[in-house]
Amino acid sequence: MDHKTLTYIIRRIILAIVTVWVVITVTFFVMHAVPGGPFLGEKAISPAAMKALEAKYGLDKPLLQQYFTYLTDIVTKFDFGPSLKQRGRSVVEIVFDGMKTSAYIGIIAALIALVSGIFLGTLAALWRNSFWDRLVMVITTAFVSMPSFIIGSIFLIVFVIKLKMFPANGASEGGLILPIITLSLSPMSYITRLMRSSMLDVMGQDFIRTAKAKGVPRLRIIFVHGIKNALLPVITYFGPMLAYIVTGSLVIEQVFAVPGIGRSFITSITGRDYPMIMGTTIILAVLIVIMNLVSDILYKVVDPRITLE
Amino acid sequence: MEDIKNILSEIESSDFDKASDEEKKSAVRERPSTTFFKDGLRRLSKNPLALISFVLIVLVTLAAVIIPFVWPYSYDAMLGNVPGKSMDMSYNNLAPFEYSRSEQLRMDQGEQVFPHIFGTDASGRDYFIRVIYGTRISLTVGFFASLIVLIIGLIVGSVSGYFGGKVDLFVMRIVDIIYSLPDMLMVILLSAVLKESLGLWIQGTVLESIGSNMISLFLVFGLLYWVSMARLIRGQILALKEQEYVLAARVAGAKGSWIIRKHLIPNCMSVIFISVALQIPSAIFTESYLSFIGLGVNAPMPSLGSLCSDALNGISSYPYRLVIPALVISVIVLSLNLFGDGLRDAFDPKLQK
Amino acid sequence: MSLLEVRDLHTSFFTDAGEVMAVNGVSFDLDRGQTLGIVGESGSGKSVTAYSIMGILAANGKVVSGSVKFDGKELIGCGEAAMRKLRGNRISIIFQEAMTSLNPTMTVGAQIMESIGLHTDATGDDIRKRALELLGQVRINEAEKRLKQYPHELSGGMRQRIMIAMALASDPDILIADEPTTALDVTIQAQILELMKTLQKELGMAIIMITHDLGVIAEMCDEVMVMYAGSVCEKGSLRDIFKRPAHEYTKGLLNSMPSLEKVTSLKPIRGTVPDLLALPKGCAFAERCDETMKICLRKKCPLIQLGDDHFSACWLNVKDRGGEVNG
Repeated sequence: MDHKTLTYIIRRIILAIVTVWVVITVTFFVMHAVPGGPFLGEKAISPAAMKALEAKYGLDKPLLQQYFTYLTDIVTKFDFGPSLKQRGRSVVEIVFDGMKTSAYIGIIAALIALVSGIFLGTLAALWRNSFWDRLVMVITTAFVSMPSFIIGSIFLIVFVIKLKMFPANGASEGGLILPIITLSLSPMSYITRLMRSSMLDVMGQDFIRTAKAKGVPRLRIIFVHGIKNALLPVITYFGPMLAYIVTGSLVIEQVFAVPGIGRSFITSITGRDYPMIMGTTIILAVLIVIMNLVSDILYKVVDPRITLE
Repeated sequence: MEDIKNILSEIESSDFDKASDEEKKSAVRERPSTTFFKDGLRRLSKNPLALISFVLIVLVTLAAVIIPFVWPYSYDAMLGNVPGKSMDMSYNNLAPFEYSRSEQLRMDQGEQVFPHIFGTDASGRDYFIRVIYGTRISLTVGFFASLIVLIIGLIVGSVSGYFGGKVDLFVMRIVDIIYSLPDMLMVILLSAVLKESLGLWIQGTVLESIGSNMISLFLVFGLLYWVSMARLIRGQILALKEQEYVLAARVAGAKGSWIIRKHLIPNCMSVIFISVALQIPSAIFTESYLSFIGLGVNAPMPSLGSLCSDALNGISSYPYRLVIPALVISVIVLSLNLFGDGLRDAFDPKLQK
Repeated sequence: MSLLEVRDLHTSFFTDAGEVMAVNGVSFDLDRGQTLGIVGESGSGKSVTAYSIMGILAANGKVVSGSVKFDGKELIGCGEAAMRKLRGNRISIIFQEAMTSLNPTMTVGAQIMESIGLHTDATGDDIRKRALELLGQVRINEAEKRLKQYPHELSGGMRQRIMIAMALASDPDILIADEPTTALDVTIQAQILELMKTLQKELGMAIIMITHDLGVIAEMCDEVMVMYAGSVCEKGSLRDIFKRPAHEYTKGLLNSMPSLEKVTSLKPIRGTVPDLLALPKGCAFAERCDETMKICLRKKCPLIQLGDDHFSACWLNVKDRGGEVNG
């Protein structure tokens, strides 16, 4: 790895750290803009919990000091405090509990999106301007444009309520299939479009002409010279894809009653469980920031050309 | 030599006279010269998807603007709840084109009753007008959010690009950070908080009528979504500056201003216009998402997202209540996207050969 | 029979704006071991002529009519499979931009070995040995190390040598060089041209040298063909073209070339190449020519034989000769 790449990686890591810090800080201070503050604003809180919170965060202390306590607890102990609504459980506990199901759905959805997106995008590029290409483009535009909760709700009506093919409760057998498909459709469409334009771009490059002039058979040109180069931009989508899946799962889990982190997040928003809102936001944000970092660095390392720029 | 003789037989000696400059000029066949916009419009008119989308956008917008004025029902009137009378529950949850008991009675007496095309909701409100009103809200949000993004992006981007140096560096660092924030999470967080706090701040002011949620939505857009617009405009300004240097170096001043007028400004404008056109659907998308998770416009005001969200409760009995607003959102967002894409394909100079 | 016979080749690109007629009736012969130079400004159709011969036109390009006979066999319409066997095997091509013409994510070794593997029965170690031999032929040292490198890790001259090595993989009969030195520094240009001359002597292949640089032509070629707006204006031996140019465009080109011998001011040709979407009825060069006559605007002049193999498509020649014939 050369000097330039290293500088880039270091700069990128610093940006990621600053971003995480900004997220924590914004989250903290924004939450304290709530009338009465995030902890005191809740009247239904039990006196015992109130005491524990006061002891933990020193609510009588100045705001800045509370902020540093909060920040230090996160950085040193990965501690986001207790939930206000679910007695006796910490935010981290609840988040990781929900994460098991959510991560399972998310990872499978991402894999489906990647494989089918790359496949469809390549075909669309090779059959450019054909009927199938246009069809794929219209359908993918639709899936990219339609909010995931709409796709999810329509699936719910058709496959759960009308056809009764799947259970309505995400926690029961086979209940995760629809949420996974719903979640994968938009990233799949995006990857299809990305792959299509990337493939078209690559197939128009000089080195493809060289390969043709060398007498390389068409299929080998497509696979060895085309797809391999066209795949590179897809790497940059890893980060945004995770972000999409995270935010998408917030509503999808709601629609399909999946006991994941998204549903507990929404519940905490409607229930004003502020430590939960803060903790979940920060944990998910860190996850997305890390994924963005990884995909950016991976792209620079994998593509041998980048160092030239 | 045979060749030449054949050729010569067809030619008169006057043909070898020198041609005048006028003759030379008139012999040059030129393509009908087209302007940037004419050229773009020609390409756009060849794109049926974009044209259909445009027509749909116009139709939906007209419907959203006009229909509330002429419709006999209002979006928030619970029809069964007339002051001074007892609650008429038969207005609630009407199926499309079904009538309540009292309406049925009036019709039996020969009176004309305007039908509930999409039925009524659980509170006895005419669903058609709620969908139309929701469309109006969603379009308004999309339009104004994009306008806010454009204004802030335009100011920051041009300041950054124009001054350059340290200002540029500083602004671009901030842009980098905001750009790498997980936007949707931040939007949810801000909306969740603003929803609580804004209500108190704006009490008694004009803003109250707009509703705290709507304002928080605009605030969020103003805070987070301007960055890509700022980047875009900064890039355009830098290109403009570069052009000026080139101009200064070149003495042919007149020709230079022509280049700016003819190419740079239209290119710059079209790039900005296209990105605003594509910003609108993304704002509508975000609004409907927030409304769906309960952070959107204040009840009883409907938005397409909140209509979907409300419909989820009665989804097994009244699936159409979800399908209708869902369809409207999809049509709006899809046609705006397709139209925006069409514009980009037609006007983006990079895509031209 | 010549090795390559091109007759009345017409190639067009079909775009949104209409049919771009890039090549309009080009004919020439190429013998074994001969070097033909094709010279002209960008957009004159010289590269498109070469791509038409090789069948590697962009998707919207098509040979509309004409014939290309290689070794007695017709290439136009002979099918993709047959062309594939020919390309990189008996007719090879190298391009202007070696950087973009090499696959950026493949080592140069893999790319050279791919060429070898496609047209020989060699396998594994033999292919590798042949690749090293080719690198030696194009005078690249530390060959073992180079094989493992990516295009961006090499210098511009080195990359062009790699391109040449790849083109030579199976001893082609014809090497087409499409502006091979345009993107290189002057010193490197000379090295590459020198290398090509040496290789031609060693391997005996014919070369089609496409360039806009008359210096390169003077250096390399036996025969020269001058192209303008998709048509041939003049062709002849190197001597004919440089000493007895007959077409006004050729004269213009020569006048715009700096020379050490004559101390005259450079005379660039005014104006630009005509729009290939709307070619004039008469001579394509008439608008820019100083000697334009009425006939030039009305009718395109066919190629007129002036000497042994010296042809020119200029009415001035007819006028001069015409006087002779009539008188």
